[in-house]
Amino acid sequence: MAKQKIQIIVCGGTSCNGNQSELLIDNLRLELEANALENDVRVIKSGCFGLCNLGPIVKIIPGDTIYTHVKPDDARDIVSEHVMKGRKVERLLFTDPVTKKVLATERELSSHKKQIRIVLRNCGIIDPENIDEAIAYNAYEALGKVLTEMKPPEVIKIVKDSGLRGRGGGGFPTGLKWEIAYKNKSDEKYVVCNADEGDPGAFMDRSVLEGDPHAVLEAMAICGYSIESHKGLIYIRAEYPLAVSRLKTAIQQAREYGLLGKNIMGTGFDFDIEIRYGAGAFVCGEETALIHSMEGLRGEPTVKPPFPAESGFRGKPTNVNNVETFACLSPIILKGAEWFASIGSIKSKGTKVFALAGKINNVGLIEVPMGTTLREVIFEIGGGIRYGKKFKAAQTGGPSGGCLTEKHLETPIDFDNLIAAGSMMGSGGLIVMDEDDCMVSVAKFFLDFTVEESCGKCAPCRIGNKRLHELLEHITKGKGTLADLDRLKNMSLVIKDTSLCGLGQSSPNPVLSTLENFREEYEAHVTIKKCPAGKCKDLMEYFIISANCVGCTACARVCPVGAITGERKEPHVINPNICIKCGSCMEKCKFDAIIIQ
Amino acid sequence: MKTIKSPAELQKRKAEILQRMNEKEKIRIRVHMGTSGQASGAKVIYDFLKLELEKRNIDAVVISTGDMGYSYAEPTMEVTLPGEAPVVFGNVDKLKADEIIEKYIKNGELVDGILPANYRVIN
Amino acid sequence: METLKLTIDNKQVEVPKGTTINKAAKQLGIEIPTLCYMELHDLNIENNPAGCRICVVEVEKRRNLAPSCATRCEEGMVVKTHTTRVLNARRTVMEFILSDHPKDCLICAKSGNCDLQAMAHQLGIREIPGQEIAAMSTYKKDTSPSIIRNQDKCILCRRCEMMCNTVQTVGALSAVNRGFMATVAPAFEQNLEYSTCTYCGQCVAVCPTGALTEVDNTPDVLRALADPTKTVIVQTAPAVRAALGELFGMEPGTLVTGKMVTALRALGFDYVFDTDFAADLTIMEEGTELLDRLTRHLKGDKTARLPILTSCCPGWVNFFEEYFPDLKDVPSTSKSPQQMFGAIAKTYFADKIKVNRKDLVVVSIMPCLAKKYECQREEFSLDGNRDVDFSISTRELAAFIKQANIDLNNLEEGEFDAPLGESTGAGVIFGTTGGVIEAAVRTAYEVHTGKKLPKVDFNELRGLEGVRSATIDFDGLPINIGIAHGLGNARKLLNDVRSGKSKFHAIEVMACPGGCIGGGGQPLHHGNSEIIKARAAAIYAEDKKKPLRKSHENPFIIKLYEEFLGKPNSEKAHHLLHTKYFDKKKKIIVKQ
Repeated sequence: MAKQKIQIIVCGGTSCNGNQSELLIDNLRLELEANALENDVRVIKSGCFGLCNLGPIVKIIPGDTIYTHVKPDDARDIVSEHVMKGRKVERLLFTDPVTKKVLATERELSSHKKQIRIVLRNCGIIDPENIDEAIAYNAYEALGKVLTEMKPPEVIKIVKDSGLRGRGGGGFPTGLKWEIAYKNKSDEKYVVCNADEGDPGAFMDRSVLEGDPHAVLEAMAICGYSIESHKGLIYIRAEYPLAVSRLKTAIQQAREYGLLGKNIMGTGFDFDIEIRYGAGAFVCGEETALIHSMEGLRGEPTVKPPFPAESGFRGKPTNVNNVETFACLSPIILKGAEWFASIGSIKSKGTKVFALAGKINNVGLIEVPMGTTLREVIFEIGGGIRYGKKFKAAQTGGPSGGCLTEKHLETPIDFDNLIAAGSMMGSGGLIVMDEDDCMVSVAKFFLDFTVEESCGKCAPCRIGNKRLHELLEHITKGKGTLADLDRLKNMSLVIKDTSLCGLGQSSPNPVLSTLENFREEYEAHVTIKKCPAGKCKDLMEYFIISANCVGCTACARVCPVGAITGERKEPHVINPNICIKCGSCMEKCKFDAIIIQ
Repeated sequence: MKTIKSPAELQKRKAEILQRMNEKEKIRIRVHMGTSGQASGAKVIYDFLKLELEKRNIDAVVISTGDMGYSYAEPTMEVTLPGEAPVVFGNVDKLKADEIIEKYIKNGELVDGILPANYRVIN
Repeated sequence: METLKLTIDNKQVEVPKGTTINKAAKQLGIEIPTLCYMELHDLNIENNPAGCRICVVEVEKRRNLAPSCATRCEEGMVVKTHTTRVLNARRTVMEFILSDHPKDCLICAKSGNCDLQAMAHQLGIREIPGQEIAAMSTYKKDTSPSIIRNQDKCILCRRCEMMCNTVQTVGALSAVNRGFMATVAPAFEQNLEYSTCTYCGQCVAVCPTGALTEVDNTPDVLRALADPTKTVIVQTAPAVRAALGELFGMEPGTLVTGKMVTALRALGFDYVFDTDFAADLTIMEEGTELLDRLTRHLKGDKTARLPILTSCCPGWVNFFEEYFPDLKDVPSTSKSPQQMFGAIAKTYFADKIKVNRKDLVVVSIMPCLAKKYECQREEFSLDGNRDVDFSISTRELAAFIKQANIDLNNLEEGEFDAPLGESTGAGVIFGTTGGVIEAAVRTAYEVHTGKKLPKVDFNELRGLEGVRSATIDFDGLPINIGIAHGLGNARKLLNDVRSGKSKFHAIEVMACPGGCIGGGGQPLHHGNSEIIKARAAAIYAEDKKKPLRKSHENPFIIKLYEEFLGKPNSEKAHHLLHTKYFDKKKKIIVKQ
């Protein structure tokens, strides 16, 4: 291979872009041309480095030098000093404000990256269908350690000390859950992995199972050892065929290696895992419903207590944990409880994977320490709002969560803060909404989902949510009254207060939080019968500004229902009684004469 | 058989695997083929790379892995040249894959579309 | 017993561990309203899905309200049952339920007897906010020979499902669909007729609303009574007289035999007979069959199958035809009393009064809904003319009497007509669990041993335990008797018979918990098992009063055999009084 050429990588992430990184690239190229170096040095635009608050970022290869806060004018120095003379531009290097140490390479700066990959540590790195790769990346080491060096209560203590809380949404302390299951003595116990990921837009569990299935298998075996169970069950939705097939392969390979099954690693501990399929009912993510579904019964919840740890699968003590919770485990065992507890906020330890969706640039999975602020997640890691629009709200916790608004941007995200803000962690879906989203419609959209996914067992969830949905529909049609807003609130509170399981207890959250944070938007719908975001069709009126209309008749010709009239070369008018609000006229008008009111 | 009979044996096995992975100074390519990747066409890229690398006589290992979470940039792939840090490329289509082979894999010249690791690792 | 203390509405109470808040409150005289919850204490039946959420209460330090029916008390718990929050929640939830319930109370079969209506009244609901924009969940109507399903009125209390699955193990009804369209139905929402339903009617007996009701056959009866060309005769089952009074405001357990006879006569029936007569006849046939099989068995005849199973309960017959068709030669071949009555009425009695069977209409008053289906079975008719034309339930009879402006309370005591109205105490006790086998033992003992019974009452065969057994000494020959009521209990005994483990010589099975007194056609017990106990007591009281208490002593039975049938199990008796069973195992085929 030829001697490596110099390459300049400029971060093109949204945040750096907003700080003129595009101009910087142009300047760099111009400088190189001016020095006739354009064929020897390449300038490349990259994705985000995750160092947004240090941006714009420039990285130079070879050497991996990182320049921070680079301005377009700095192009000259970079080329003349670094490229031509091989001298680092000292003033552009980052100095740690605390230690006063200069951090000049990407490696040295990595602690400034917002994301930490614990759960996703091996996703995209290992071949999930080759157990050797997993082993190369430490798989089953923690299990080996636990089986030979620790007693069940010791493992439970580590999990408790780590501060790990259930990632399925509830945030129940995992170690405590294990301890209860451990203390309930029985001839048979079960470890269940809840892989019934059902929130719309959430796919962290799927990604873990597809990318690193052994992380879950190993953790289930560790859990089995800790609570004295010999049987694991993975409840996974059948709509995850790739995850299912990779899991199957992984289980098979682990058995062949003696890492699952009888006498694991010669330690005398037996533990095997079976896969159970779910039909994709959202409510089966609730642990009692999940257990009933696995038993072949109707997937619906029952009253707790008794908790599964007391009487679960087939009436035996059962410990149910979510995929992500399990995926945190082996690093905790290997690196220690203190390490895990050092990451995150005071009451929520470790990291959380979020699935970013909606009107955000970098749709996808991220993993951040608990306590990262919403602003960091959306504007730095998520790359901000699409098309530069204004941020309006972010829904966390999926359809059961609530929306966070601008005033919550600085809130550190963790279990307790989200609940205090009227939302919840949920499984980690994070849907971003911009100025074009109507919050009444958003609430209706989420309710649509819960109405569909209610099992129908208890009256408030079965009927109440339907009534909430109908009332929201009524309001978006412009037929609501101010009194309806009070009814919305009362119904929501009662549904939360009286529903049997977590689904109904949280389904009105989108209504309550939008009502709380965007009351004026609701009021606009019911009083002046307008939708401020212009989303509710029934509340829109297309209108021709006569001053702008030149009478070209284009709109009248395209109108499918003949709602537009007017003489040629004279201003036209739209008859709102005939108009079906299809918007064709507005698209056709070249003179910006048609507006929505 | 290949049954692992003790945790010590697991460590031994791990060392063997790591050695095997490192000793062959090969180019390693990972195509991220979780559901998001596959839905965006990662399989096409995977097949293309397998075929083209052979055709062009490049000795490289191509493996399929799960997704890294860059849904907005799928399909994504990662190239590790011997002795170099891995580089992830996003929005890869056949054209881009061809460019990656020709420029980066053959000559070490980076191309647009790099997704720098924007996270800390724990291992 | 471990106990704990808690506070409910500022009052301290101490309860055994495991007690629910609702029951603890009852101890303090606080009645927390419930809707889906139902308990038949003495029968060990409980329904607490905690689905309606009407019984919610506030528990200190708990985030949300707790369903008192399913939440266990904890030490030091502080419960409030009527705070603003609770009352508002209860009312709002009730409004939800009502918003998805038809408002046709005026013409609903359950009106005045409906738990939902009563609760709406109790909570003082006067309007349903948002009803004008509220969609209703509607389903297809389903009519079977015995039961009508109108799921529009279902409130998903799941009582029927619990009865059908947990108690009866019939598995015909279970929750289907999700969310707003969730309801209870047979698999794939097929009609009941194509399900495994046995028509035991226990679903109807516990349904709090008009979702499950009986098929109303009173118009058929009225039409027959109005037809001058027809002679209309009626038979009344033993359990009816012990319960009918309840629907006229009498205390549970009031016997109204005589008043009922007078009422039936007033309704225009030409002859008022008693199914008890046919019960005595059943004992003659079944008892003889038992002794015959027993003797053959003792002689080593391998074809004589034991135990013999009673066959007078049509729900039970449907059950084993569905689930145990391989054992269909085990039950007695004797027809049920209802059908024996019909067969004798349309032959012997029709001849006696010189009426063509086509002009003789036989009506039965039954505590049972399966009887409606039974009398429609093909093998129980001749050239399309049924042996029993119509069967109406206790509830239908009460409605019929009221419609005819008859006040049961103020009627004279009447007497059944002869010859099919005379019965012994043995016939009467058919109405309660254990009664049939006790009646059979009374006769079989005397026939087998040739000795007179030292004591007629067999207390060891009585009671409400689901499965009971006793060994009766037939003068040195120990006879093992098994008794099951409720089909789930029957299933246990049947499984033993199937696997050859059963030690019994004879087993009595009644489909309904409590026997016929708890039948699907009886006045609704609304979850009060005291009512069922009172009815049983009434039945035994009637038995005790009877001068004759053994079937073979019934002079009219003796005469019937002399004049008409010859002797028990004769060829003629076989032809008229015995039947056979079919394999009715349903195969559910799902189209792909």
